[in-house]
Amino acid sequence: MSGIIELTQLNKIYRGAVDVQVLFDINLSLAAGTCNSIMGASGSGKTTLLNIMGTLDVPTSGDVIIDGKLVNNMTNNQLARLRNETIGFVFQFHHLLPEFTALENVLMPYLIKRRRPSREVINRADELFDMLEIANVKHSPATKMSGGQQQRTAIARALINNPKIILTDEPTGNLDSETTQKICKGFREINRRYGTTFIVVTHDYRVAEHTDRIVEIRDGRIIADKTSG
Amino acid sequence: MLAFKIALRFLTHGRSQSILILVGIAIAISIQIFVGLLIDSLQRTIVDRTIGNSPHITISSATDVSTIRRWQQIVSEVENNKQVKAFSPSATGNAFVEKDNSNLPVLVRGFPFSAADQIYNIGDAIYDGTEYSSRREVLIGHELRKELELEVGDKLILSLPRGGKVTLTVSGFYDLGVASINKSWLFTYLGTAQEIFDFGDRVTSIEMAVKDVFQADAVAGQLEKTLNNNDIVIENWKDQNEELLSGLEGQKISSAIIQIVIIASVVIAIASVLAISVLQKSPEIGILKAMGINDFNASLIFIYEGFLLGLVGSLAGLGLGIGLLYAFLTFTASPEGAPIVDLYFNYGFVVRSWLIALIAATLAGVIPARKSLKLNPIDVIRGR
Repeated sequence: MSGIIELTQLNKIYRGAVDVQVLFDINLSLAAGTCNSIMGASGSGKTTLLNIMGTLDVPTSGDVIIDGKLVNNMTNNQLARLRNETIGFVFQFHHLLPEFTALENVLMPYLIKRRRPSREVINRADELFDMLEIANVKHSPATKMSGGQQQRTAIARALINNPKIILTDEPTGNLDSETTQKICKGFREINRRYGTTFIVVTHDYRVAEHTDRIVEIRDGRIIADKTSG
Repeated sequence: MLAFKIALRFLTHGRSQSILILVGIAIAISIQIFVGLLIDSLQRTIVDRTIGNSPHITISSATDVSTIRRWQQIVSEVENNKQVKAFSPSATGNAFVEKDNSNLPVLVRGFPFSAADQIYNIGDAIYDGTEYSSRREVLIGHELRKELELEVGDKLILSLPRGGKVTLTVSGFYDLGVASINKSWLFTYLGTAQEIFDFGDRVTSIEMAVKDVFQADAVAGQLEKTLNNNDIVIENWKDQNEELLSGLEGQKISSAIIQIVIIASVVIAIASVLAISVLQKSPEIGILKAMGINDFNASLIFIYEGFLLGLVGSLAGLGLGIGLLYAFLTFTASPEGAPIVDLYFNYGFVVRSWLIALIAATLAGVIPARKSLKLNPIDVIRGR
């Protein structure tokens, strides 16, 4: 069965005074609608792998197929469109736009494509705010929220275009354990409700244990691939 | 319009930075408008005061006889030239006015009043009495009046070079603002001058005013071509005032240089502020790119920022510059309230300056916009 993300013979070398290879012959297929985590120590190449899956970075060799499309030869604008329509990102730092309110930040990916928010998208935003328990800060400026609220707003933003894939890099790296649990439960709820595929990069087992599949990376190579019962 | 909305929000969010750059743009543009309008007004005032009350082109006789033959034919050619605003035949001769035991030389100038009024603005210059309304009436200048201690209705006896005397009645007094004219010119009917000097129906010159004073030489050239007459000579004010013109040209160039330097400094100021803004906003731009904004729309944010800064800054600058000019003219006016420079409000210059400032400010956004093109979301995400 072909996955929503297919990586074949993927290598990544950072060119410089000394070439550094961070990924070695990665072959990975991630099924649609699943919740996956990629684990590894710092410098293992897991974030590079995530960035390549998110079309933010390009492999030195190998093929990347996202939602059935080979992305290797796409132009910048084609990639931007693909990201906007198919992929949502949640980073360790929320990167909300401080000039905008929580709601405006959440609607941003939608407004990149269209001029005005539709009634449906506003309803969807409300639903996401409710589900992530941040409806009370909907109209607050991004700078006037707690770290957990900001990160949950970033999650709502990643979900607003109803993407097939959510890529998250250490989404709870800055949060306390209670908020971490809330966010992990939020991911599972979204996965269950909308069938969104999750790829969570983390070094934290407490996060990884919420996912269906744990792929472990060391020194740029996949060393373990466990699927939970 | 997301790029526009983001640009507006970036500017209003970093309010103190935006206000600072807006004040900078406004001051620069206000100086440009102030200097430009003032120098333009100054030039026109100088030209007006130099040639405003005199003909721009004069046709006179090139022969030994001072009068022009068949001048009506010349007049009909002049009439056909669309650049000519007003024209008047004139009969002019020298005479003397007796005062005590000496003779004062004067120039008797005969014109149809309405035609002369269009060239010399004599109607507005009459400050006492009226225009000449009968054949033996004459208008006297302010300085000559003081010298001869005349009043309206007084008689004036002229001694003619060929002998004989003529008595004229003073209908009024004029002040053309030029002492030498006020002291020596007498205005009277064309027919009166022709009769006094025995010119018959001939005239000594045909004088004219043109629509664009700076085209006087070109119009004179056209007339020379169409008239093709060796018995006459055509002179224009530009040929007679070459030094003044080169002075004005120098002034014009220095004004242009000042304006170019100001626009350049506005562009550099906006570009440098926006370049810093790209650095400050790189996390936001990076995340927008990760979310799928394309490079063009991301760079458009900075073009819009330049445009908005230019729009608001230049409009404020226009208001400030025009205010400055009025304040300058008010504070430097004479005690009677007459400004040292007649304000000539050149709308074309103001609109042109505003558009140039707006376009320059928008283009200043191109430099940071190009910088934002190179911004890779990966670097931003890694950098934090």
